[in-house]
Amino acid sequence: MVKRIVVGAHYGLRDWIGQRVTAIVMALYSVYFGICALMLPEMSYEAWSGMFAGGFMRFFSFLFFMSLFYHAWVGVRDIFMDYIQPVGIRLTLHVIVMFLLIGYAGWAAQILWRL
Amino acid sequence: MSKRTVQFKIYRYDPDRDEKPYMQDISVELEPSDKKLLDALVRLKVKDDSTSFRRSCREGVCGSDAMNINGKNGLACLTDVDSLPQPIVLRPLPGLPVIRDLIVDMTQFFKQYNSIKPYLVNDNPPPERERLQSPEEREELNGLYECILCACCSTSCPSFWWNPDKFVGPAGLLAAYRFIADTRDEATNERLDNLEDPYRLFRCHTIMNCVDVCPKSLNPTRAIGKIKDMMVRRAV
Repeated sequence: MVKRIVVGAHYGLRDWIGQRVTAIVMALYSVYFGICALMLPEMSYEAWSGMFAGGFMRFFSFLFFMSLFYHAWVGVRDIFMDYIQPVGIRLTLHVIVMFLLIGYAGWAAQILWRL
Repeated sequence: MSKRTVQFKIYRYDPDRDEKPYMQDISVELEPSDKKLLDALVRLKVKDDSTSFRRSCREGVCGSDAMNINGKNGLACLTDVDSLPQPIVLRPLPGLPVIRDLIVDMTQFFKQYNSIKPYLVNDNPPPERERLQSPEEREELNGLYECILCACCSTSCPSFWWNPDKFVGPAGLLAAYRFIADTRDEATNERLDNLEDPYRLFRCHTIMNCVDVCPKSLNPTRAIGKIKDMMVRRAV
């Protein structure tokens, strides 16, 4: 195979917007979560799990985690694009990170709906 | 101003003679008329004529004498020699292959510049006189067309250091926006397509080294932001 520089993957914009939107979601959630946590009557397991009992809090928390993982995916992939030059190693790292993040997303859902 | 002596520490490398690059300590006596770093370098060249650097117009228009001056890229002809702490450390522009001393191989930089098609694309037959623009349309090109392609910005950009073969770099992207913004150009969509890529445009992480070093006080980061803005408006 002739080694030529190839570019033109046409997906930059989607991830760039995605990273910004997820940042806003995480910022909003952080404020909301902070207020809710400060308003707890006491720091006990019951109060803590009570905070996550409502459907809205669960949905918002899950949205936060999904945003975090998508944000992390774009960011970590950017770091690999800059610093890992051999394509084979980069692809392997991409796959590992992707599976890790999907696993974390499932784990986050399990924790949220178990509380 | 009186005669004064300036201390230099200069990156020296002649691939025909030197095994590896080294820093040379050298001092030079300046005449009262010597104001800019380039004047001092010309004086230095008289003292040691093996020192190599590019220069041409000596007034910040040709962009040949870009170099790394005390750790920051700039043009020797626009830098006041008396404003620099001594010894003045001179290195070639970072990230590009060194041909000799302060002279770098700019092939990669110009390849990226060429890749954005830096010329007007308009297949309509030209009118009898010129293609007209309104003053507002012309205003948009200010801060874009003045680029002299000295490469100070692109070679101060870490994204360009890591991926010079794939990332267009600030200078190329500024030029790209110069044609995207030009109402006489008809290839806007093709130009945006050409840049909508995780490497070509989106390696820019807005750290603004380019703005910090531009000797013409241009703002490639703002131009890159406007390209992204146009892509969003096209896609959403």
